[in-house]
Amino acid sequence: MPLGDTIRESQIWKSIFRHPMPVDRRNRIVVMLTNFFLHLHPVSIRKQGIALSYTWCMGGVTFFLFLVETVTGVLLMFYYRPTVEWAYTDIQALRDVTSLGILREIHRWGAHAMVITVWLHMYRVFLTGSYKPPREFNWVIGVILLLLTLLLSFTGYLLPWDQLAVWAITVGSNMARATPVLGHEGPLQQLLSVGGVDMITNASDARFALLGAREVGEETLNRFYILHCIAIPLGVSLLLAIHFWRVRKDGGISGPL
Amino acid sequence: MTHGLTDAQFLNKVASFLGPYYIVLAVMNGLAALYLWRTGLGRTWLRLPLVGIPVTSAFLCLALGVFYAMLAPAAASGNGAWMPSMPEAWREAINRGTGPVIYSVGTVALLAVLFAFRRFFVQPAVAWIIWNAMLLFLGLSMTDRDFYEIVAKPDNVPIVMLVLLLAFFTWVATYRAVINDERAARGEPPLESLDNDKVLVWPDLVYIELICMIGLTAFLIFWAIALPAPLEEPASSVKTPNPSKAPWYFLGLQEMLVYFDPWMAGVVLPSLIVVGLMAIPYIDFNKAGNGYYTINQRKFAYLVFQFGFLEMWITLIVLGTLLRGPNWNFFGPYEYWDAHKVEALNNVNLSQYFWQGLLGRSLPTAPSGSSFGTQLSYILLREAPGILLTLGYFIALPPIMAITVFRRYFQRMGLIRFMLMANLLLFMASLPIKMVLRWVFNLKYIIAIPEYFLNF
Repeated sequence: MPLGDTIRESQIWKSIFRHPMPVDRRNRIVVMLTNFFLHLHPVSIRKQGIALSYTWCMGGVTFFLFLVETVTGVLLMFYYRPTVEWAYTDIQALRDVTSLGILREIHRWGAHAMVITVWLHMYRVFLTGSYKPPREFNWVIGVILLLLTLLLSFTGYLLPWDQLAVWAITVGSNMARATPVLGHEGPLQQLLSVGGVDMITNASDARFALLGAREVGEETLNRFYILHCIAIPLGVSLLLAIHFWRVRKDGGISGPL
Repeated sequence: MTHGLTDAQFLNKVASFLGPYYIVLAVMNGLAALYLWRTGLGRTWLRLPLVGIPVTSAFLCLALGVFYAMLAPAAASGNGAWMPSMPEAWREAINRGTGPVIYSVGTVALLAVLFAFRRFFVQPAVAWIIWNAMLLFLGLSMTDRDFYEIVAKPDNVPIVMLVLLLAFFTWVATYRAVINDERAARGEPPLESLDNDKVLVWPDLVYIELICMIGLTAFLIFWAIALPAPLEEPASSVKTPNPSKAPWYFLGLQEMLVYFDPWMAGVVLPSLIVVGLMAIPYIDFNKAGNGYYTINQRKFAYLVFQFGFLEMWITLIVLGTLLRGPNWNFFGPYEYWDAHKVEALNNVNLSQYFWQGLLGRSLPTAPSGSSFGTQLSYILLREAPGILLTLGYFIALPPIMAITVFRRYFQRMGLIRFMLMANLLLFMASLPIKMVLRWVFNLKYIIAIPEYFLNF
């Protein structure tokens, strides 16, 4: 028996893969139903539903980029220390001395690419009217995922702790200062004062909640690091699962009725 | 980025990019020629006299490819006299001709023309010429130091890619929509229902996915090697960069700061963008156009979305990233970012126009030491014109819309959904309205209550 067949007939192989090789029609169906990684897909699909000129593949590309960001991000976490003392030098070392420091480049460019592809995905879904019933709620989840993608990118922006990072976050978070009612320079913030004492100051407003301090500093770095590495990715993962599940439940990839 | 480089060193740096760039363009046109030749697509434009060789689309693509192939060595030479560049006079003209007004009005006009004559512009031959013109414009402009400085800044590279990708995909979508609309006019089903056979996901879809993943990985690795990710000097809380910019995807919001205070540009309007996007499926009651590209069957939804996305999101990002320099002044694409450029800012509030200009009196001011109530009344009196105008805009306009232009929509949608749509539209329209008021009347705030940080 050829070596390949020997391996595929072995007890170990069979215990891992619950199906024979997908070489005939029956087993091509079986593989979709019994493989964990493939069971997201339907067994069969309309030809137009997978035409690149229709789907642009942008949702899939965005998901793949999310995986790339996760893998490279975890690897970078082994190296990078989120403190004002070390953050910048760690990134610098990734660029100049560390082998595989290119992971940081991939992570950074992948993040930019993900922002672009998620916009293009939304663009396609709108232009094909794919948000129409029964897919309304999945569009809503998609909008939240888009927002979380931007927040992931925004929180990650701070981590290199260079001039670009700190000032971009300063400019971005300065807006929170002007939140109506909840920002200390926002309209109507005087509403929340008790007996002449302002409740909303620069140490208690929306911007402080975002930064963890009055200015972008050590606390901000910590806060953004945790948001970037744990909190937002967890939310994204959950919503992604629902997003994919709803694609299937709402009738698969959209097409003319 | 190119600081400290002599002109010759700078040109050498650009040449190492432009050489391969033109070769890629040549290959792109060569492949197009090959495709047209093999498939027999395209057409014969004319026959050369005497020799009788037909000039086909494939021939023209090949000629274009050869043209780029000849530009490549010249561009790679690094010699300023040889490198193909935008003529100095054109650059001057573009610099002088651009400004926030021309840019904003111009992009709207451009998109309007593209939309109105979409049946002409989506033709592959026309689209291919525009595509080549865009890429050639980029190549010719790169030898300009100021242009290179903003476009090749590592964090701005994604925007160049975004613009090119959006141009391409907008063409794809419009091309298919035009075909579908023509088919619908003839009573035929859309393209998307033609090939309705089912295929197995293994292998037909999983292989596409695999190829996409490999291609994307290769592209990312190439990008990561070719272009180092940005890393500037270590953070310093005392050295404020000028201009200080948010990440590029938020620069549309930062650009809105020119016309609105932060509470609007940074908090209220972004929240409304998110809410508005989520509300789309619940507002759009039109059942047509589900699952295929079409414009005619959902023109209103299409136009509103395209105006919001392409004009007020993408072009504002491009403006904020590439054309806004120190002190957030506007700079032409070939203009040096001079931090000392001074632009006269002489903006006037509506209350000043009303009380001082129209009535010839001073602004109503509460006597000093008066009670809170008196002060508030004076503020409300002072801002009464703006407050009435704003209330009229947001409260009186929706019912008027419901019984006039949107009568049919109102009947189909019911009160709540219609009010939601009307208010979202009015908020969206508030930005272009504010822009025009600023450009025409130098209007700063319609309501200005700095006492309570409430400027609108």
